Amino acid sequence: MALPVAFFGVFFAYPVAAIVARGLKPDGSWRFGRITEVLGQSDIQQVLWFTTWQALASTALTLLVALPGAYVFARFEFRGKQVLRAVVTVPFVLPTVVVGTAFLALIGRGGLFDELWGMRLDTTVWAILLAHVFFNYAVVVRTVGGLWAQLDPRQEEAARMLGASRARAWRTVTLPALAPAVAAAALMVFLFTFTSFGVVQILGGPAYSTLEVEIYRQTAQLLDLPTAAVLTLVQFAAVGAVLAVHAWTVRRRESALKLVDASATVRRPRGAGQWSLLGFVLLTVALLILLPLGVLVQRSFDGPDGFGFLYYETLRSADGGAFLVPAIDAIGNSLRYAVVATAIAVVIGGLAAAALTRRAGRLVRGFDALLMLPLGVSAVTVGFGFLITLDEPPLDLRASWFLVPLAQALVGVPFVVRTMLPVLRAVDGRLREAAAVLGASPLRAWREVDFPLVRRALLIAAGFAFAVSLGEFGATVFIARPDNPTLPVAVARLLGRAGDLNYGQAMALSTILMLVCAVSLLLLERLRTERTTGEF
Amino acid sequence: MTATRAKSGAAGAAAEALLRLEDVTVRFGAGAALDGVGLDVAEHEIVCVLGPSGSGKSTLLRVVAGLQGMDSGRVVLGGRDQSGVPAHKRGVGLMFQDHQLFPQRDVAGNVAFGLRMHGVPRAEQAQRVAELLDLVGLPGAQKRAVSALSGGEQQRVALARALAPRPRLLMLDEPLGQLDRSLRERLVVELRELFDELGTTVLAVTHDQGEAFALADRVVVMRDGRIAQSGTPLEVWRNPADEFVARFLGFDNVVDATVTGEAADTVWGKVPVPEGTREGTCRLLVRPAGVRLVGARDGLACVVAARTFRGTHVALQLEPLGGPRLEAACALRHAPAVGETVGVAFDSGDVVVLG
Repeated sequence: MALPVAFFGVFFAYPVAAIVARGLKPDGSWRFGRITEVLGQSDIQQVLWFTTWQALASTALTLLVALPGAYVFARFEFRGKQVLRAVVTVPFVLPTVVVGTAFLALIGRGGLFDELWGMRLDTTVWAILLAHVFFNYAVVVRTVGGLWAQLDPRQEEAARMLGASRARAWRTVTLPALAPAVAAAALMVFLFTFTSFGVVQILGGPAYSTLEVEIYRQTAQLLDLPTAAVLTLVQFAAVGAVLAVHAWTVRRRESALKLVDASATVRRPRGAGQWSLLGFVLLTVALLILLPLGVLVQRSFDGPDGFGFLYYETLRSADGGAFLVPAIDAIGNSLRYAVVATAIAVVIGGLAAAALTRRAGRLVRGFDALLMLPLGVSAVTVGFGFLITLDEPPLDLRASWFLVPLAQALVGVPFVVRTMLPVLRAVDGRLREAAAVLGASPLRAWREVDFPLVRRALLIAAGFAFAVSLGEFGATVFIARPDNPTLPVAVARLLGRAGDLNYGQAMALSTILMLVCAVSLLLLERLRTERTTGEF
Repeated sequence: MTATRAKSGAAGAAAEALLRLEDVTVRFGAGAALDGVGLDVAEHEIVCVLGPSGSGKSTLLRVVAGLQGMDSGRVVLGGRDQSGVPAHKRGVGLMFQDHQLFPQRDVAGNVAFGLRMHGVPRAEQAQRVAELLDLVGLPGAQKRAVSALSGGEQQRVALARALAPRPRLLMLDEPLGQLDRSLRERLVVELRELFDELGTTVLAVTHDQGEAFALADRVVVMRDGRIAQSGTPLEVWRNPADEFVARFLGFDNVVDATVTGEAADTVWGKVPVPEGTREGTCRLLVRPAGVRLVGARDGLACVVAARTFRGTHVALQLEPLGGPRLEAACALRHAPAVGETVGVAFDSGDVVVLG
């Protein structure tokens, strides 16, 4: 447990604390008056209000669209289900920058809708909401659907035998069992959308700004550190509150539910009602998920001279002017950083999960919640914090490429912990004892008993960490050096410049990034069993 | 039963006991799971700890295995104090209640596990695995997946796995607990024969008296973390030390009595007691076999409240006019119907004065 704690202390708590201190204690004394001063500004209040309501609206919309999907994936058997399940998960691991770009290609200036009907939704709140639903569809389907598939249908049957109607049985038996999972999923969606950065940055335009975007603007553009520090604290408090509620629902979810093998509860849809429900869900997936991704790919090939690889080819030259190096180098950078970040995240997250499994109690639960914080705390703050804290001996990393994977690992760790924890907890301690009695030392027992059982989870965790590192944007945008951009940073920079070539190149790079993410995810999907459906 | 077993088994407290527990106490929170337990197991002896759930039996095994720390006391194995010796260096075998086979390994992988841990060469491992699978009646099962085994087969694999490293002491935790009745009865005989043949020293725990009596040289009855009685199955069966042991063994005809001379006064009337019984008040047990049916006028008048067919005999629940119900055993042919009134007399041979 010491190593994860130290890691989080040095690379998370310290940078965040430093940046807050820099903002609120500019000349050696605390100025808490700043907080009320900043919060009193009407434009800041507007940002706060928008951040909250768009997160609430996104969450509600996501639940509305995704809950039928959760049911269909949990209880219906149909052809192509495995592939479709992987497809709906792709957006979740897609970099926010790609999501933004895909929606831009669909409903933005010169986008598909623009061409067909002259309809533009970018710089409207609808674009943001739609992108958020796109992004979080899988969270609901996985979290709620995973549990739904394992609920014993006989519980409902028992209620029916006792005289409850079909609807009543669902309401009194299934719904209460599902409620904690729905709540947990809703909270995660809220968290992700509350701290949304890349999507809003690209689709929101100047009119809409979330806290995270505002923090970035204040820090990077206006250089107003005190305001950024106050906003960081506000976001910190909000995220802390959400996580506390989340931890509570997770504990509720661990309460004894009668779970069965998911394969025993699925059946083919029957009757017009069930078939049309399936049709509705498939249509949603096609419109909401496949269409944006498809348009993104199409745009990347749609050059001024017709279809071709023009945008891909120009990525190889440095003449584009956006970078000091050919944009194609970003692929190598991204892969290299992501591999290192994954290694760090797996080691730190694995150790943390192991520590959480072995011990119990308040302190450990607190640590568990703490590990989730990087998901919600402003990545921008972390990135900027890195720059101002890790720049002097003994930790002078500012000039080192190592800084980027460190920041990315920070975001990967919560995923590793979330994936590993249920599996590690499920390992029966008496198996370890059986090994000990047969002569295995504790270390040997871990290697012989735990490791073979968690190897699969470890691979899945590594895959998630890899995808997340690959797509990390908020922190990386600060610390990636101009001559070593990552894919998301390169895409954002290309989008920030005018011209069809830059636009097309952004589409092409996004497509590449999407492919890398999708391939790593499909590899994971092969490993994933029904039992270990995700927990976040 | 082999000669050596009879010799060492009878003494029980031989000076060179293989396992000796001295005043072992384990506390969980406020309550004590083990409360000053002392126990010796001689080499080649089979000792069965018998008790209801929560009496501390499993904790006893875990303490000996080194999986559970003690609050006080000593565990001595082969003359050496085991304090500070971790589980994997104690050289004892433990068969877990639900077997705890390693799910990701096949049968051979499970059985060979302990051999691998002890650095046995590969060829020798394979040979020993085959030998053990023969021994437990699963020849050629090496490549089978443990998840594909039936409960009885899993139990056999678990046994083979525990025996493989030749532990100096084999411990069994509810070895047959989850199996169905007929399988249990067959396996307990097989186990006894196997242990006789191998000369294994065994410490088993169970809540099933039939299992304990069929398996053990010596039975130790536990109650609330303490040892209530220890003796050969016959001794314990014939002379339960106290009312708890009697009731645990299924004897419910227990009553307050005042002994004067050769009889005792009870609510059931006069009950003859064995010769040499100390005079005064005590609790008295009458085994069902000692409750004899006589003519309705010749003994204690009782109404037959229920009867249960037990295969070789019928168990009767008799309701006397005063005092608690009596259980009686009677031959099939002579069993009275429910509602009939019968007379009851007692045989002193089946009357036991409880401590």
